[in-house]
Amino acid sequence: MVDSRQAVTDAVPDLAAAVEARDEEGMRSSRFVGAVLLLVLIAMWVAGWLSGTSAEQMLSLTVWGVMLGGIIALGGIGLTLCYGVLKFPNFAHGEFLTLGAYVTYGVVLVLPQSNPIWRFSFGWELIAGLLVSAVVTAIVAIILDHFLYRPLRKHMSPLVLLAMASLGMEFLLRGAVYLIWGSDFHFYYSGRSNPALQLPFGLRIQADQFFVFALAVILVATMYWMLTRTRIGKAMRASADNPDLAQVRGINTEQVIAWTWIIGAAMAAVGGAMYGLASQLRPDMGFVLLLPLFAAVIMGGIGSAWGALVGSVIIGVAMQLTSAFMNPAYGPAVAFVLMVLVLLMRPQGLFVQR
Amino acid sequence: MDSAHVLKACFLLIPAILLGVLVFSSWRWRARLPAAVVLGLVLAFGISAWVPGIMDYLVSFCIMATIYAVLSLGLNAQWGYNGHLDFGIAGFFAVGAFTMALFVTAPPSGLMAAYAQQWFGLNTPFLIGMAAAGIMSGVVGYLIAQPILHLRTDFLAIATLGIAEIIRLIFQNERWLANGPQPLSGIPQPLSCLSDSSGCSWLPAGVNHLFSTLQPRDYGYVYLVVVTVTLAVVYVVLEALVRSPWGRALRAVRDEEASAAMSGKPVKSLRVQSFVLGAVIIGVAGALYAPYMVTIDYSHFKPLFATFLVWVMLMLGGSGNNKGAILGAFVIWAVWSGTGFVTDMLATELQGIAPDLASRMSFLRWAFVGLLLAGIVLYRPQGILPEKKRVSRFLKGVPED
Repeated sequence: MVDSRQAVTDAVPDLAAAVEARDEEGMRSSRFVGAVLLLVLIAMWVAGWLSGTSAEQMLSLTVWGVMLGGIIALGGIGLTLCYGVLKFPNFAHGEFLTLGAYVTYGVVLVLPQSNPIWRFSFGWELIAGLLVSAVVTAIVAIILDHFLYRPLRKHMSPLVLLAMASLGMEFLLRGAVYLIWGSDFHFYYSGRSNPALQLPFGLRIQADQFFVFALAVILVATMYWMLTRTRIGKAMRASADNPDLAQVRGINTEQVIAWTWIIGAAMAAVGGAMYGLASQLRPDMGFVLLLPLFAAVIMGGIGSAWGALVGSVIIGVAMQLTSAFMNPAYGPAVAFVLMVLVLLMRPQGLFVQR
Repeated sequence: MDSAHVLKACFLLIPAILLGVLVFSSWRWRARLPAAVVLGLVLAFGISAWVPGIMDYLVSFCIMATIYAVLSLGLNAQWGYNGHLDFGIAGFFAVGAFTMALFVTAPPSGLMAAYAQQWFGLNTPFLIGMAAAGIMSGVVGYLIAQPILHLRTDFLAIATLGIAEIIRLIFQNERWLANGPQPLSGIPQPLSCLSDSSGCSWLPAGVNHLFSTLQPRDYGYVYLVVVTVTLAVVYVVLEALVRSPWGRALRAVRDEEASAAMSGKPVKSLRVQSFVLGAVIIGVAGALYAPYMVTIDYSHFKPLFATFLVWVMLMLGGSGNNKGAILGAFVIWAVWSGTGFVTDMLATELQGIAPDLASRMSFLRWAFVGLLLAGIVLYRPQGILPEKKRVSRFLKGVPED
């Protein structure tokens, strides 16, 4: 009797491992997945070209896609860090983008309008607004963590409850944005013309788009430097990898989590403001971007900042390219299909550190 | 009390008796049925005698709450009994509602054809439409389950959220399918002939005469009976299923997947089955919603109303408890419509504070319900009526809680 029970308990870890290994079933190498994604993008290019869009226009769409990818990356890096360190999908992350965009808008309205810088459509007050919104959004994230997520962590709540709580916060934050700024669409500078620069190969790109992309690249590079070179960045990666082991080695997990929220929310705020600059401000913008954000994060591998950037660019380019031959309203659907494709081939994403 | 009020009270009687049967469910049938009938009589005639003014409002409230209760039961089949984190209820709800609408309407003809497009219109009876809605939603659920369901729970949440968005985008943009961004209107209501002046052609004249005091605007009383009977059927079927060995296997898979697999339960297949079952029930709820609204469009299926509220309802009522699911639906719908009531009453005062505030106050409810969900998750994740963890009511000697 004793022996058979012993045999059962011995078998359980194996079975548990087998259940966990579900994720790895049918797994492909990241090189294979990357090749498939590249083929998909090329197929989209060809499809757009066959449907009568000129090659020059397709090139423009590709460049715009890379720039959209920059915006998605700003939100995506914060999301992937939260997902990696806190181990739950934060459905309220899209609202950090909305909040950032609207706080920036509030600051721009309050400050006196200066002349546009260089050939951009905005003046210094927008830069000030970006800084303020990053701080405000980070504070909001810390407050949410203090009153909701930290107690849940203390109760050792399962992942699903944290995810559900974040869904609740999504609607709380969106309700607040609606309440303060109303449901109308806004522009940072309504009526200010923003002519596109003429570049070689018939590319037409607005100066603002350059700014958006340059800012995204700078922030992502800073992020990468921070994660690989600084003490807090390394602690963050260690906590994402194995929280218990990190704690044993004397890393203050709560402090790491606080920094994760601050960095994630601040970058999301800047990303939201950039998205608002590139198109317009609307209260549901964060929710619209949520699906591309998750697609980018899962594609790149949860917890990997570098992966989130690559995933974001792929998603951004795919969303723009398909608009050549499909209704652009289906952008989130394109992101979603790519995400499912990656999930089927390699559930842990392209760049997972193991 | 005139004859019209007596007739309305008779219509209220059926839901009230069903409520009684649900409330006294722990009693033996010998005592339960009379008690339910007495409670039903007291409720139905009491309301129509003493507070006839609120009857119309009560009926419209109960119809929506009942539809939400069906949704909540559907989610319970997925989340409560098998732990699927389905954030895409709105998608199945939309599939059910639009399938119903396409089945029961006639294709637009004549002048209407220039303004309204739809893929097909079969002009079928209500029940066939409802069956089609359930089947269609189940098929969609099965197709989603195939690639996603064997992955981690959080991926399912993201994927279902995405699917629901995409389904809404399809109904919003594809004009040929269900009139695209324009609403699909003229969905026939079942048994609406009862409240018509001409009466039902298939009923004898004497019976029609009984219903002659019912005005067309009193149709809600008829529909309340339709939705509550549907809810009762769904409840009984789901309750029977989850009490069966199959239901116990579902809970085993939810709690201890490895042990369930070790006991020879087909884990993967069971997970798909419960997901599809939930999708079918949610589709049926959609089928109930479409005729009640008469006119539906994509904007009815936004995540707030069709996904988020349902989650709050089930979490408040108690996941893994079908009675809790129904209770949660009624409580949250009361909170939701009640807060709307309060902000409407305060409209003029709010206008004094800021001109836009009154029109924006409706969004305060979003924030409120968001906070409510956070509170439930923090302080009472098991809900008002927690799950009863017992193997079988036929098994003696096992302590019940």
